[in-house]
Amino acid sequence: MPTFVYMTRCDGCGYCVDICPSDIMHIDKVTRRAYNIEPNMCWECYSCVKACPQDAIDVRGYADFAPLGHSVRVRRDEEKGVIAWRIKFRNGEKDMELLAPITTKPWGKHIPQLSDVPAPTQMMRDSQLLFNEPKYIRMDEGALHTLESNGLVMKEGVVY
Amino acid sequence: MAYNTVVEDNIDILVVGAGLGGTGAAWEARYWGQDKKIVIAEKANMDRSGAVAQGLYAINCYMGTRWGENQPEDHVRYARMDLMGMVREDLLFDMARHVDSAVHQFEEWGLPIMRDPKTGHYQREGRWQIMIHGESYKPIVAEAAKKSADKVFNRVCITHLLMDDAKENRVAGAVGFNVRTGDYHVFKSKTVIVGAGGASNIFKPRSVGEGAGRVWYAPWSSGSAYGLMIQAGAKMTQMENRIVLARFKDGYGPVGAYFLHLKTYTQNGNGEEYESKWFPALTEMVGKEYLDTEGQHLSHKPIPTCLRNHAFISEVNAGRGPIHMVTMEAFQDPHLEEIGWHNFLGMTVGQAVLWAATDVNPKYENPELTTSEPYVMGSHATGCGAWCSGPEDVSPPEYFWGYNRMTTVEGLFGAGDAVGGTPHAFSSGSFTEGRLAAKAACKYIDDGKAEGIEVSDAQIRRRGEEIFKPMEHYRVYRNEITAGSVNPHYINPRQGLDRLQKLMDEYCAGATVNYMTNDKLLQIGLKKLKIMEEDLEKIAAKDIHELLRAWELKHRHLTSEAVMQHTLFRKETRWPGYYYRGDAMKLDDANWHVLTVSRRDPETGEYTMEKAPCYHLVGKDE
Ligand SMILES: Cc1cc2nc3c(=O)[nH]c(=O)nc-3n(C[C@H](O)[C@H](O)[C@H](O)COP(=O)(O)OP(=O)(O)OC[C@H]3O[C@@H](n4cnc5c(N)ncnc54)[C@H](O)[C@@H]3O)c2cc1C
Ligand code: SF4
Ligand code: SF4
Repeated sequence: MPTFVYMTRCDGCGYCVDICPSDIMHIDKVTRRAYNIEPNMCWECYSCVKACPQDAIDVRGYADFAPLGHSVRVRRDEEKGVIAWRIKFRNGEKDMELLAPITTKPWGKHIPQLSDVPAPTQMMRDSQLLFNEPKYIRMDEGALHTLESNGLVMKEGVVY
Repeated sequence: MAYNTVVEDNIDILVVGAGLGGTGAAWEARYWGQDKKIVIAEKANMDRSGAVAQGLYAINCYMGTRWGENQPEDHVRYARMDLMGMVREDLLFDMARHVDSAVHQFEEWGLPIMRDPKTGHYQREGRWQIMIHGESYKPIVAEAAKKSADKVFNRVCITHLLMDDAKENRVAGAVGFNVRTGDYHVFKSKTVIVGAGGASNIFKPRSVGEGAGRVWYAPWSSGSAYGLMIQAGAKMTQMENRIVLARFKDGYGPVGAYFLHLKTYTQNGNGEEYESKWFPALTEMVGKEYLDTEGQHLSHKPIPTCLRNHAFISEVNAGRGPIHMVTMEAFQDPHLEEIGWHNFLGMTVGQAVLWAATDVNPKYENPELTTSEPYVMGSHATGCGAWCSGPEDVSPPEYFWGYNRMTTVEGLFGAGDAVGGTPHAFSSGSFTEGRLAAKAACKYIDDGKAEGIEVSDAQIRRRGEEIFKPMEHYRVYRNEITAGSVNPHYINPRQGLDRLQKLMDEYCAGATVNYMTNDKLLQIGLKKLKIMEEDLEKIAAKDIHELLRAWELKHRHLTSEAVMQHTLFRKETRWPGYYYRGDAMKLDDANWHVLTVSRRDPETGEYTMEKAPCYHLVGKDE
């Protein structure tokens, strides 16, 4: 099955249950540990793997086309803002580590609270502009593109 | 009903589905409606929900007007060309002129966008694509939406829109259930912005058994945007325009970075270039205007996605498969090799898992490609979705009824996959559409259009009973059998999904019939879908999780019926390589250079089809 959970590592915290977009990580009532209840609706998206504090979840490729004996592991570090992957081939010939940033800023701090910014004027409301526009379109004072400004018209019929 | 009823009242803007479109809508709504009540209802957890749950390695729609790279109309022409003319150019122009401002804000919020070390501009992957380290793209935009929303309801699956009992054809909110508690949720709202995404798992997938989850679009893309809007009587457009994708075999790993950045290319099983030899016959089918390989070469116009698929499919059918991606050259460069792997880890980890499991090292071996089963969505190289109003300053009269991105139901807006005729919006364009819809929804309220809405208790009660019926049905009939899943009174959601996929595949041009259909097949398919509707009334859910699957199936079924109706209506083969009408194998501009528009009567279930004119953006003097 795509994701599976190691019995000795899972403590039943439920983080994976909370995050799975497919609603398929559930806590087993008997073992009090998580498992994938519907492997054929798993996207191998790794959301649960990244969220598990115990590293208890792993993925075994889809049985209908992926042979056993491989491994793709991940550790996502929100504090440091990086994600680290390790890919091991079935035949052992390739063992790759890859690192990527996941954010350049502290979480959520640079998103403005729009109820606190100056309210839009009536002129802005009547215009085609969105928040922070036109400034943010070209990062200069240039105006929004219109049919007029770009010398265009809408014409009915067959045009290629 | 054994569960509680939770009512959320006096909402101004209800966002249904917080993917890229929904998060854009919720965030922007706060600016135009600083004192308005903004609520999100999302069936999963918005930190990792929708098509971008795994992240993305590229933003596929960015103009770069700040560096003079493209103008909005360039993108419109590109999308028109790629979709064989069938697009809403007012909506596309509008999206393209705003999309850069969304991307610049993403960067400010912390999304790592790669820069070209020489120019300092964003690193281009292709003309429209920029490269990002987007593992946390979704959590970042979710954070923005959470900042703006008054309340977020995660794990609430919306099943129906509520309609105004005082005024016909006006929306009044939505209802659904909590996937964890089973509570019945009622949202009374002046406007609704639907961002519930496209549809996978409509057509039988190529993978079998456990691997059925490895679909290209996410398995949780349940076509709810379409199902909800169709049920409410909103008009839909271009639903026949499903998409087939040429991707790495089995894992469906994305190929964009490979083609555009790594400069890999395809060849047949004999190691030969194969595309160009199919082009003369294709030009016969679609006309020189759509495929003029010599002219195309001179004008640098790309070959439409569907036509490249056609060459792929034809070559395989001629017995010269498999088609390979030639990676062995590019992967000798360690930097490009790393990008090749990051591309998967950033958005389709399953492909990396597959290559690790099968020892495919693209440095020494050219991996296989395949063409996927069809998908129904509206933000990639395809434009299924609702028939929406465009912006006042761009749209011709046929495309304008007061509020940008409003459907033909008053107060009901769409964003992302939900909106029809706007292909190539991708993640950034979907977010932008959400912003546009949010501004328009605020204006709709401020103009007094949502006054006097009434929702009767009867409507709320009726929907509540309908929602939980599959669990009731299970309870009543379960004990008639000893054990197992075979019961003469019901089918379960998985059995229903299998039936839907099989019949869509066989009658509506799926992968196993080489994407071929015709009038007769479609007529049979429609009949079977109607009968299936009766069985869906008898679907059984043994628990709340299965109730989720039951409603996803019902939304997929409604979507499928629209796809079938539209495919039947358009009597031509507009997109060879996406699907073929065997009884009308040519593109027919004389009769079909039009957008198809449908409406399903919510009372009778009857479909009416119409043609809408195609307007194109041209220079003032053309
Ligand atoms: C493999 C892959 C690669 C891609 N690559 C790129 C790329 O490189 N660059 C790019 O820009 N774009 C890319 N895209 C496209 C991009 O992901 C989509 O265009 C975009 O996410 C569409 O936005 P949306 O809001 O319409 O749908 P989604 O983002 O899918 O959001 C839909 C939301 O609605 C929720 N929902 C669904 N049904 C219900 C319901 N009944 N009730 C409540 N909530 C519901 C879902 O949980 C989800 O949160 C890719 C997509 C895939 C799948
Ligand atoms: S997140 Fe990890 S530890 Fe917690 S329940 Fe899931 S598998 Fe177990
Ligand atoms: S990999 Fe994704 S779909 Fe599969 S169980 Fe984990 S979170 Fe759910």
